[in-house]
Amino acid sequence: MSKLVISAIGPASSVQDGGRHGAQRYGLTPSGAMDRLALAAANSLVGNAAFAAAIEIGPFRAAFTAREGAVRVALAGSPRNADISGRAVASDTSMTLADGETLTLGFARGGSFSYLAIEGGIAGEPMFGSLAVNARAGLGSPYPRPLQAGDELQTAAASGATERRIDLPPLSDGPIRVVMGPQDNEFGDAKELFLDSEWKISATSDRMGYRLEGPVIKHLHGHNIVTDGTVNGSIQVPGNGQPIVLMLDRGTSGGYPKIATVITADLGRFAQLPAGRGFRFKAVGMTEAQAEARKFWEMLRTLPDRVRPIENFDLNIEALQDANVAGAAVSAVDAGTWQIPSPADAQAHD
Amino acid sequence: MAATLSPPRLLPSGDSAITVEFSRNIDDVANQRVLALDRTLARETIAGVTEAVPTYRSLLVHYDPVQIDFGTLGEKLLTLAQMPAPPAATTRRWRIPVVYGGEHGIDLEDVAKALNMTPDDIVARHVAGDYRVAMIGFTPGWSYLSGLPDSLRMPRRLNPRLLTPAGTISIGGVQAGVQCLAAPSGWHLLGRTAVRTYQLRRDPTFLLEPGDAVTFTAVDAKTFAEQDQAAERGEIVAELIAS
Repeated sequence: MSKLVISAIGPASSVQDGGRHGAQRYGLTPSGAMDRLALAAANSLVGNAAFAAAIEIGPFRAAFTAREGAVRVALAGSPRNADISGRAVASDTSMTLADGETLTLGFARGGSFSYLAIEGGIAGEPMFGSLAVNARAGLGSPYPRPLQAGDELQTAAASGATERRIDLPPLSDGPIRVVMGPQDNEFGDAKELFLDSEWKISATSDRMGYRLEGPVIKHLHGHNIVTDGTVNGSIQVPGNGQPIVLMLDRGTSGGYPKIATVITADLGRFAQLPAGRGFRFKAVGMTEAQAEARKFWEMLRTLPDRVRPIENFDLNIEALQDANVAGAAVSAVDAGTWQIPSPADAQAHD
Repeated sequence: MAATLSPPRLLPSGDSAITVEFSRNIDDVANQRVLALDRTLARETIAGVTEAVPTYRSLLVHYDPVQIDFGTLGEKLLTLAQMPAPPAATTRRWRIPVVYGGEHGIDLEDVAKALNMTPDDIVARHVAGDYRVAMIGFTPGWSYLSGLPDSLRMPRRLNPRLLTPAGTISIGGVQAGVQCLAAPSGWHLLGRTAVRTYQLRRDPTFLLEPGDAVTFTAVDAKTFAEQDQAAERGEIVAELIAS
């Protein structure tokens, strides 16, 4: 066994997997990764099951150190600068940390969450079939709470396999698609206002829900309905008219009218939207939403087909592009002069 | 009681869940039909259905759109809703000990004043109630009960509390509740129970099921403290008085 020590970590970082299912009837929410595609991509790079437990890393900087042996990991999700002992590494690739080496991650750039999958998975005690952290319910393993510096994750020793990269289809930057309902008839003209307006995600959002800032969405008959069930992506509108999109740690039931629901195929992309960035919703029909959901699950199922060995050429180009995106001047000719942009990239977390 | 029974409405909850709505209000007939459809669905397995969540007035059915689409599942659910439901296997009846008032139920005095009764009257009426678990939701083990005596109905607090203690026994509107974990709440806090409706590493993890009958019994603070220690060790503390 090796272990991965959390040397530094910010808030909103925790062990997550595909979540725990089957106990919503007892009030237990599924939890699980906010961006399931990114979780599955990271896992597929190190040969894990798509929804094996990995580290969900919030927008802030983080560092991970291998101890008692080498650890092989893979990074996917929001773009961010990454290096191992000063050597730039790219997102959407696997990498091996020799015993004592540290992987350092910068701030998320243009997204919110990254996923660090560990070859062989994370050792823990599953509850309801999941290691996912749900701090309110005291669930999660090895720690039933968000990660803190000093935490240690037990894992398998690195296999020494060739490092790999994954080619993911480009993410849409179009509107977030929703299916209207289940209580859209509680809203009149406000439905058009909801669909025609630009929204921003409030900084007070968390894994339970993303609060939206925009025009006031008025109810026709008041904001109390008799409580009923919620799903990931339910958009409820409380009394102040500012919608809340319920996310993976949502309450399983709620008493505010729900105007619409984010479709499965767009939920991870929505989860990645940084606080403060403007976006819009677009209503689609059930047929389209379900066709998109089927495409999404099919893509997720076939992610291993998109994984291939890294050649040195790939690695350099990736790292170069990442560095350039961050606005640092680098020489494409002399890779030896590349520098990891310093943590001033905090400003890039828009 | 609803005057008429209409077929349920099918409401889309995104691309992977359907809300089967029997009523827009809290009503016992609707809740019985929700629980009946829940039992039917447990027996007549539909490929692609992953989870069903009963609430007061609707059954939320989670499903996998790769295996079944909205239209096909909706038709099947409407058919099942018309079938005679299998009777509930047994009605379990629990007696739940509560320490009322004081630091354990900080709203008891105010509720008594608002309803022109003494705190003892409130406790007597709350204990006399014959309740049923209509749904469990919001946070693990939070059990929403139907059957609150009419004389104890009062509007929820204008300012919900951001945190109320684990084990809180409360009332709000026509509803009564047994709360397991500390959570925000806009209901009136009458007392606390040592009973954990949700406890990890205990068998069963979840004590109550939708449809279970519940009554309350008053205990003193010392008994509560003893029961709380026993519950912490994994004892159930609630009494199963019929099943």
